[in-house]
Amino acid sequence: MSDGRQTPSQTVGPFFGYALPYEKGWELVPPHHPEAIRVHGTVFDGNGDVVPDAILEIWQADSAGVMSSKRGSLKPDGYAFTGFGRASVDLAGHYAFTTVKPGATSAAAAPSVLVTVFARGLTHHLFTRAYFPEDVQAHSTDTVLAAVPADRRSTLLSVPDGPGSYRFDIRLQGEQETVFLEFNE
Amino acid sequence: MTVNTQDEITDEILAIEADARRAVEAGGAPELHPRRDYAPYRSSLLRHPTHELVRVDPEEIERVSPAFGHTDVSPLESDLTIAHSAEPLGERITVSGRVLDGEGRPVRNQLVEIWQANAAGRYVHKRDQHPAPLDPNFTGVGRVITGDDGGYSFRTIKPGPYPWRNHLNAWRPAHIHFSLFGNAFTQRLVTQMYFPSDPLFALDPIYQSIADPAARQRLIGTYDHDLSVPEYSLGYRWDIVLTGPKSTWMESEDAHE
Repeated sequence: MSDGRQTPSQTVGPFFGYALPYEKGWELVPPHHPEAIRVHGTVFDGNGDVVPDAILEIWQADSAGVMSSKRGSLKPDGYAFTGFGRASVDLAGHYAFTTVKPGATSAAAAPSVLVTVFARGLTHHLFTRAYFPEDVQAHSTDTVLAAVPADRRSTLLSVPDGPGSYRFDIRLQGEQETVFLEFNE
Repeated sequence: MTVNTQDEITDEILAIEADARRAVEAGGAPELHPRRDYAPYRSSLLRHPTHELVRVDPEEIERVSPAFGHTDVSPLESDLTIAHSAEPLGERITVSGRVLDGEGRPVRNQLVEIWQANAAGRYVHKRDQHPAPLDPNFTGVGRVITGDDGGYSFRTIKPGPYPWRNHLNAWRPAHIHFSLFGNAFTQRLVTQMYFPSDPLFALDPIYQSIADPAARQRLIGTYDHDLSVPEYSLGYRWDIVLTGPKSTWMESEDAHE
């Protein structure tokens, strides 16, 4: 019997590597997709050292701003866009997703990707959002960005670092600590 | 870096628990989740944010969730004892229960993933250096899609406890890792299920990172004799309750089929 109370979180631990990743989990679209972009970055701890045992999930709208209800995320076929991806970082703390740039899901919202971070040492996952630097206009009306103190907002902006490539580093702690979000029910 | 003793870690655990108890006695709400800043679990020291999380209303991205189905998961994946040519060693068990949302409604047609150590306490993971034997007949990974009642069931073997390097003579209580999705991404949960009466509970800074005793007990499965199969396996029941969502709740994939 459930007592109707929430089940607490526990850390993902160090040994998820043979269980949670799945083939092409990082490819929401194939690299040759005409609109393919790369969203990648490095996860850092409070010392500025890379975190080599984190696993990230992204969840996003398609390029038209529509959230998918298609199944098949665990067996990406290169055609159906489900909007979900999962990637573990490598030994250098680096992750990379191939996806499309999401459209805005409403008139006021700026395009963004929901990023969820799990890691050894992290007792409860962290949510954040990656925004795109070119959408300056939309950033001014986005209600989530508006809730973030102005001097920390830049931690949610990805940085273009090549054609179709955006870098979104995640700092779990310390200077330039990434803004993490908590959602009202 | 100094290696702490179990007594030192236990003292830290008890001090935090007392602090949490005083907060509840002073009228605060019990803590539902582990503290991210939980020093007895040494790996958390540099990996927890020091700023308050920024509280916002979920938007459409967070109010929906990826859809998973039988195209993603084969029914065979819920039986961890049949992945190899012979049966794994260990105490054969089933773990069954329901995934519910905060209102007690079943989370239907959603993905549940598990992973665990073998009966000797060893993971099939190259970074696991514990010198316990690997079992050629056990990988320890399972998946299932919940049924219309939110129900799930896995057949596996009981995992063993294992040592780790948080402090001197640190041992993790036997546990199965669970990963869950709800109908909204805000409900995402990764956690661990434990077994009743484990003598390691009081000593384990991961289990104890949930400062509220009633909350952490919700991670312990119940032995259920009705789920045991005569001359075959022992049965445990463990229900999982996700947070919310209270605002917009939608039937998932086959509601309109």
